[in-house]
Amino acid sequence: MKKFLRKYGLDFVAIPVGLFVFAAPFILIFLTATKNSKESYQFNFQLPEKFLLWENIKTVLQTSDGVVIRAFINSTILTVVSVTLVVIVSSMAAFVFARRPGKLTTFANIMVLAGLVVPPAVVPTIWVLQRLHLFKTMPGLIFIEVAYSAAFSILIYKGFIASIPREIDEAAAMDGCTGFALYRRIIFPLLMPVNVTIIVTTSVAIFNDFTNPLYFLPGNDNATVQLTLFYFQSAYLTQYNLLFTDILLITIPPLIVFIIFNRKIVSGLTAGSVKG
Amino acid sequence: MSKAKQKKIENPYSYALVAPIGIIFTIFFVIPTIVSFFFSMTRWTLFDWEFVGFENFVQYFKEASLAIGFKNTLIYGVVTSGLKVVFGLALAILLTGRLRAKGFLRSVVYFPVLVSTIGVGFTFSILMDPNYGAINKGIVAFGKTIGWETYGPGWLVDPNLLPLSSVAFVDVWKGVGIATVLYMAGLASIPQEYYEALAVDGGGAWDKFRNITLPLVRPATAAVVILSFIGGLRSFDLIWAMTNGGPGFLSDVIASINYKQYQAGFYGLATAGNVILLFFVLAIIGPVYWFFNKKEKQA
Repeated sequence: MKKFLRKYGLDFVAIPVGLFVFAAPFILIFLTATKNSKESYQFNFQLPEKFLLWENIKTVLQTSDGVVIRAFINSTILTVVSVTLVVIVSSMAAFVFARRPGKLTTFANIMVLAGLVVPPAVVPTIWVLQRLHLFKTMPGLIFIEVAYSAAFSILIYKGFIASIPREIDEAAAMDGCTGFALYRRIIFPLLMPVNVTIIVTTSVAIFNDFTNPLYFLPGNDNATVQLTLFYFQSAYLTQYNLLFTDILLITIPPLIVFIIFNRKIVSGLTAGSVKG
Repeated sequence: MSKAKQKKIENPYSYALVAPIGIIFTIFFVIPTIVSFFFSMTRWTLFDWEFVGFENFVQYFKEASLAIGFKNTLIYGVVTSGLKVVFGLALAILLTGRLRAKGFLRSVVYFPVLVSTIGVGFTFSILMDPNYGAINKGIVAFGKTIGWETYGPGWLVDPNLLPLSSVAFVDVWKGVGIATVLYMAGLASIPQEYYEALAVDGGGAWDKFRNITLPLVRPATAAVVILSFIGGLRSFDLIWAMTNGGPGFLSDVIASINYKQYQAGFYGLATAGNVILLFFVLAIIGPVYWFFNKKEKQA
């Protein structure tokens, strides 16, 4: 018995505590999404009288001519296009910064640091977007997301590219493969492990982004998924079941990403990032 | 072939590859930041501006509903990054130890990182509801069993520092997974021989932690503290979802005040708030960064 306790004792404490602290809120989301509006206002962990999840999902999707469906389409476009651009433009730039030291690269390092630390100037950004006729447009928001994600991804790509032997691209350059062709044919195929990290972290961040769509893409037609939550909060003050059904729906994409990439996220983020 | 042209061909790492992100970053990040210094000194309607000097900044420091942002932003940043260090390190030690369910618990701790901040905010708002929330119901039930008459605290509605602290606590709950992962990597890079040597000399668990683990995870601590500060000082969405800056403006931080000014159409004032936030972040990140760099060089 003693031996058994020593071996498993910690687990008997850690698993229930871990589940209680980290899983209980998700259980509450799920339970509330299955209730009718009166029960949902009790805010408790009791099972519903009648399991109404499908009915609630239907109601949420039909609300206001399908604002949630439009938001899912908008968020999908925003996330896919932004992440694709981030992967291409930041790995290209990081390749040059990693290989060509000089004044421009020193300047770029400072800019990367600034991009990580400096909070974006919101109203002046709107002013710039208006001048370019990009305010309240999807392309405008896409450019914003790319600009804000660039610093972090360039940093990660640069670290990874620095570990690729220079001889590989020197040999290719010798054969006349330079510039974009060198990047596209030789370097990009080697970036797959770090691409996964960037794609996962950036897509989750952009899909969950609330602040930037709030400022730069206002309006019901343009709503992204995070903004629909406020729609349910204000329009249906008492309908917590619908609000939590919406929360449940927008948690599904990150959940899928999590299930597929769980191990890779952790290993990719930590590979070489904080070596003592 | 001319000499200039030859030189161009020789360097295979063409600057043209930097151009796309260079242009996007300049137009949508650098230019707005630069013009923000000018517009922070104007009364501004986006179409028209009137120069007012430092009036916006003076107003920011003078008005109680604006000046509270400094105190709250600082408290929020310090509390979140401090707790992320403590809980992140504790969880990392636990999850790299002799636990059987390590893999499972790592996933459980990391998952909230990937979930919508607004969704998490709303969920905790109902958990922290003063009358119906599960947390206070638990406290009341617990109070009854030990004969203690209580209603439980007003987590998000009390007129003191509690609402801000409650939001900070949820921020830690959601973000501690990142700190844990960074610390796990830091722990993995400590050579096992150090611990073995200490065991030979008869050192206990506390000696191990104090003399080996803590000094050698310093790079991870630096990463956790700096990342948490960068996120915490700018934090807006969680506070907005949980308290709206309330009750009144008691839990407002600089970022939420700026949004309120923007909503009210005070674009010059909102931009001044942005500039203030910029200097505020630099004033805190700068010394923190310097502190960790200095210590690392000594070690």
